[in-house]
Amino acid sequence: MIRPLIDRGAGAAVSVREADAAPLARARLQRSRRERRLVVVLIGALVVVAAFSLAVGAYSLSVPDLLRTLTGQGTQSESFIVFSLRLPRLTLAVLVGVAFALSGALFQTVLRNPLASPDIIGVTGGASAAAVFGMLILGFGAVATSFAAFAGAIVIACAIYLLAWRGGVVGYRFVLIGVGVAFMVQGLLGYLLSRADLNDAQGALLWLVGSVGGARWQDVAVVAAVLLALLPVIRVLGARLRALQLGDDLARSLGVGAERTRLVLLVIAVALAATATAAVGPLAFVAFVSAPIARRALATGGLALIPAALVGALITAVADFTAQHLLPGQLELPAGIITGAIGAPYLLWLLATSNTTGKGA
Amino acid sequence: MTRIRSGAAVLERGVPGASPARMRPRRVVIGFAIALVLLALSIIASILVGTREIAPGTALAALLSPDRALTDHAVILDLRVPRTVVGLLAGLALGLAGALMQGVTRNPLADPGLLGVNAGASLFVVAGVAWFGVTSSLGYVWFAFVGAAVAATIVYLIGSLGREGATPVKLALAGTALTAAFTSLITIVLLADTQAFDRYRFWAAGSLVARGLDAALPLAPFILVGAVLAIVAARMLNAIALGDDLARGLGQNLVIARIVCAVAIVLLCGSATAMAGPIVFVGLAVPHIARWITGPDYRLIIAFSALFGPTLLVAADVLGRLIAQPGEIEAGLVVAFLGAPVLIILVRRVKLAGL
Repeated sequence: MIRPLIDRGAGAAVSVREADAAPLARARLQRSRRERRLVVVLIGALVVVAAFSLAVGAYSLSVPDLLRTLTGQGTQSESFIVFSLRLPRLTLAVLVGVAFALSGALFQTVLRNPLASPDIIGVTGGASAAAVFGMLILGFGAVATSFAAFAGAIVIACAIYLLAWRGGVVGYRFVLIGVGVAFMVQGLLGYLLSRADLNDAQGALLWLVGSVGGARWQDVAVVAAVLLALLPVIRVLGARLRALQLGDDLARSLGVGAERTRLVLLVIAVALAATATAAVGPLAFVAFVSAPIARRALATGGLALIPAALVGALITAVADFTAQHLLPGQLELPAGIITGAIGAPYLLWLLATSNTTGKGA
Repeated sequence: MTRIRSGAAVLERGVPGASPARMRPRRVVIGFAIALVLLALSIIASILVGTREIAPGTALAALLSPDRALTDHAVILDLRVPRTVVGLLAGLALGLAGALMQGVTRNPLADPGLLGVNAGASLFVVAGVAWFGVTSSLGYVWFAFVGAAVAATIVYLIGSLGREGATPVKLALAGTALTAAFTSLITIVLLADTQAFDRYRFWAAGSLVARGLDAALPLAPFILVGAVLAIVAARMLNAIALGDDLARGLGQNLVIARIVCAVAIVLLCGSATAMAGPIVFVGLAVPHIARWITGPDYRLIIAFSALFGPTLLVAADVLGRLIAQPGEIEAGLVVAFLGAPVLIILVRRVKLAGL
């Protein structure tokens, strides 16, 4: 009986009688300890992956060399490799992972549906279609393509929201309409790809997989700025999000305007997905799986936004590292290949196991 | 039979426009006539409409006494008739497959595209093209069958795990997830193989012209078998609509019913995908339009789906020729743009059980 009460977090405490308060508090403490432990483990893993990403490559550095370089005492070539090539790439991977993961987590929590993730409901699809349209038809360069992707995501998200609106937005309606829109966008993408010159189409396909390669500090700065602006808002709205999980009626009785909160959080989620997609393309599955993985690792339910963000960062960092070094020689794969190849079976396994425990749908 | 029908009518009460039982005969007869006329109109339009203007008399002459030396005749015989036939066959297959899927899963959102069956067929076709050098559509079709079967099995197994069995939401969830997963794998294969990508991009757009009659006709027997199985399955679907317990009580062997439906779905979806690429929404929209006219009796729904499916796909192909002159837009894309609103209207209007 304690479990579900805890899962509901802050709001449930209102309805709990005084006598239950002690075990509840203990359980909550246990949960926060567990979350803290997970965060520490994730950060540790991230540091290890970061060290590998910075040190290993065509020109490998030893750990002391790497530390020396990072503190600004390396040779000129070492500094160039680390600060101009590997660090922006790693940073971009981590930031984009955070953005995708938070976007997915917000969508899934606000709409109370595990399928509600920007890559499933057509938001990143909208970004892709706009970007490919820009690339193939209008001949956009990298920067303009990013803007097109951002705009595409926003437009599609607005369309889905308006179409799903009927005196409020319900999770399943939003998701299903999103899926419908995603199919439409997919059709458009197919059309664009089939009309273009084969070489251009292949370039577009590469973009559609998503890659962190060729990251520059400018790209990093854009994503970082968006994250810096939005993270505090998410932090503030986190409590309301917890209340929303109780259902609209309860949330309203707790003084949370359900629809408005939902809208604000969705706007944030869309902005995160749009920024990340504009920077690196639609990295498959990062938004979709990060939050479920984090929640599963915690095993206590709840929001788990910070662990989710870290899981996302870890996934993209590992994926990019693997993509760089999987093939022998200088050949490197786009990171989206790795997230797609690993994410796809994992996703199916997740669905299978969550159905048997009754947590599916 | 009356008991089954009234029971099914109760179950389907949420569907808009479901008419009371006694009004059905006249509505069905008129509907059937209209459906036939629409099908005939779409075929005629498909023969007559195109970049090259051909008079109806010339077209008729081309069909009756063909003379390939005349350009007009050649256009009719070599371009327009083949794409019409492909549209008819693929539309028939997709419409029937959608009706079967909606019946056997008791799921108003079932569609070969939404439930991942097309994605499975696509993935295996792509693998066939890239790794086994398959080029003929008879070669495609075996890969498409295996892929459709694999995807349908995975989606059904995953969707029906857990206490409540296969609810619409869980099936749609599993189907969408599988589609995402397979799309990702398809991209991986294509990225490594430029030639396969080049062939895939035209096939995936859902074109009725890509492979012509020689490629489509060998697949017709598969669709025919699937259609016969669909007719056989119609009565079983009426029983299934009552729920597992009642169906069993009426003497329906559910395992056999599901197997018949599954084989039919795999044959129909596999051939349609091999023929015209992964086309979405035909299987979703067609049975709903049919149900709106016929009410919940699956024998009628199957019959009407067999008429509306070809009509929709051929009409979409004609529309694709009209809106983008002098070029044209693939039927698959037109259907996606016509079908998405249908899905959106359905989701907005229908109170779906379990959603």
